Amino acid sequence: MKALVWIEHDGQTVVDVALSAVTAAAKLGEVVALVAGQGVQEAAGAAAKISGLSKVLVADGAAYAHALPENVAPLVAGLMAGYDAFILPATTTGKNIAPRVAALLDVMQISDVLSIEGADTFTRPIYAGNAIATVRSRDAKKVLTVRGTAFEKADRTGGTALIEAISGPGEVGLSSFVGAEVAKSERPDLTSAKVIVSGGRALGSAEQFEGLLGPLADKLGAAIGASRAAVDAGYAPNDCQVGQTGKIVAPEIYVAIGISGAIQHLAGMKDSKTIIAINKDADAPIFQVSDIGLVADLFEAVPVLASKL
Amino acid sequence: MRLLVAVKRVLDHNVMPRVKADGTGVDLANVKMSINPFDEIAVEAAVRLKEKGLAAEIVVVSIGEAKNQDVLRSALAMGADRAILIEAAAPVEPLAVAKLLAGVAKEEAPDLILLGKQSIDGDNCQTGQMLAALLGWGQGTFASGIEVTGDGIEVRREIDGGIETVRLKMPAIVTTDLRLNQPRHVSLPNIMKAKSKPLLVKTPQEYGVDVAPRLQTLEVREPPSRKAGLKVATVDELVAQLKLLGVVA
Repeated sequence: MKALVWIEHDGQTVVDVALSAVTAAAKLGEVVALVAGQGVQEAAGAAAKISGLSKVLVADGAAYAHALPENVAPLVAGLMAGYDAFILPATTTGKNIAPRVAALLDVMQISDVLSIEGADTFTRPIYAGNAIATVRSRDAKKVLTVRGTAFEKADRTGGTALIEAISGPGEVGLSSFVGAEVAKSERPDLTSAKVIVSGGRALGSAEQFEGLLGPLADKLGAAIGASRAAVDAGYAPNDCQVGQTGKIVAPEIYVAIGISGAIQHLAGMKDSKTIIAINKDADAPIFQVSDIGLVADLFEAVPVLASKL
Repeated sequence: MRLLVAVKRVLDHNVMPRVKADGTGVDLANVKMSINPFDEIAVEAAVRLKEKGLAAEIVVVSIGEAKNQDVLRSALAMGADRAILIEAAAPVEPLAVAKLLAGVAKEEAPDLILLGKQSIDGDNCQTGQMLAALLGWGQGTFASGIEVTGDGIEVRREIDGGIETVRLKMPAIVTTDLRLNQPRHVSLPNIMKAKSKPLLVKTPQEYGVDVAPRLQTLEVREPPSRKAGLKVATVDELVAQLKLLGVVA
């Protein structure tokens, strides 16, 4: 089998989740990487060093600058005659592009793959991770999005893949990029952080959210996450949301502060290695999944904890 | 402007899913079913466009068993004008749903099709994007804001890094995210009024779409469960435990 893997990048470097997608693709066979964007030579060079790739295809042009699916999908569909599978990470970019490619190929996509059991058999979560389905694809070609936390990251070094420039249909004229408000933070990225400090609605305000969680996160070198309730209340930006409809994370340590543990939040963090919960309510569902639970008022406990670490 | 909205009937979001003992799926017998929450947001977005005078008519479509009339009536009560039910006995996969919706779109010629970004049962997050591909239209997925501007639409999208705005030519597809709006509660008079709104029942065959599944579900099981750990009463005990686990030095 030959698999084409979508390399998510920021123009210069390859993001961590792309390395997980490479590992998933390697389970299917030979792996060729696709780097699309505008001015992506540096990212293509970084991709060529990833261990396990046989080739890196580079589509460089204004049409691919913001990974608009209207332009990217025909490019990928045009390449797929030579491949048996197309693999993307289950990021917002991957989820935006993959189904558009699958429909062009008349393939039923398999979303958010957790494991590859064979050439046509995969496991994936349904019902917010409350059930795991094992599915077999009857399609000749496979289109998969894979969950980053479910696959080891391929090595960023050791590879010597050849870089090959390709071109596609280019601008199809259906959509254009207007702008982005990208959160800038000195803290680690949520999806690749080793430690996450996450807050819920109990924090009470945006000021208290940052004021209480910030010092603790900085002590632990942690990223900051939030429950849906905290995001809906405006205490934290949307890109902090951990859960079924937010980000799926699996850090070494997840500290849940003032988070009750709604099903949809647990779906996003229950694969964390160690879960620590601080909550006033001893019966909160979060304590059913936490390794260490502190039953306490967070407004008293969190500053003390930060000072003692 | 004409709007088409697609809605799915799913296990109510407040009901804890139970995996069947024989491993064939999630038990849906005698449990509360409701409109998929993301689709309800899509209906609300459509109704608000109509209330602003930007849309003349809202057609709502659902695919599934006869009971799906419930969710269509809910959408009509919220303010949709008429409904189409494409009746299918077995669950229909996103690819086939997208093909059926493309068939409806060809008949109805909408300017904008709104769908939830994903259903909370299958969690596939595919239908809107697939529909956009089949129709050759632009797609604005994970929308937290939509603004009609001249002959196009600007969509604010919730992405991993923050917010992105894209401009789409019309006709276009928008899939709705949680923070686009707060769907209204329907009033009793509107529920009564919805009962007399037109609801057309069709079949997949009428659209020439093969709904046979491409994916075979071999097994559905519960995820590995985590065991509850210990509870401590003081910050000092917590710090001691963290040291014991090697979490902090």
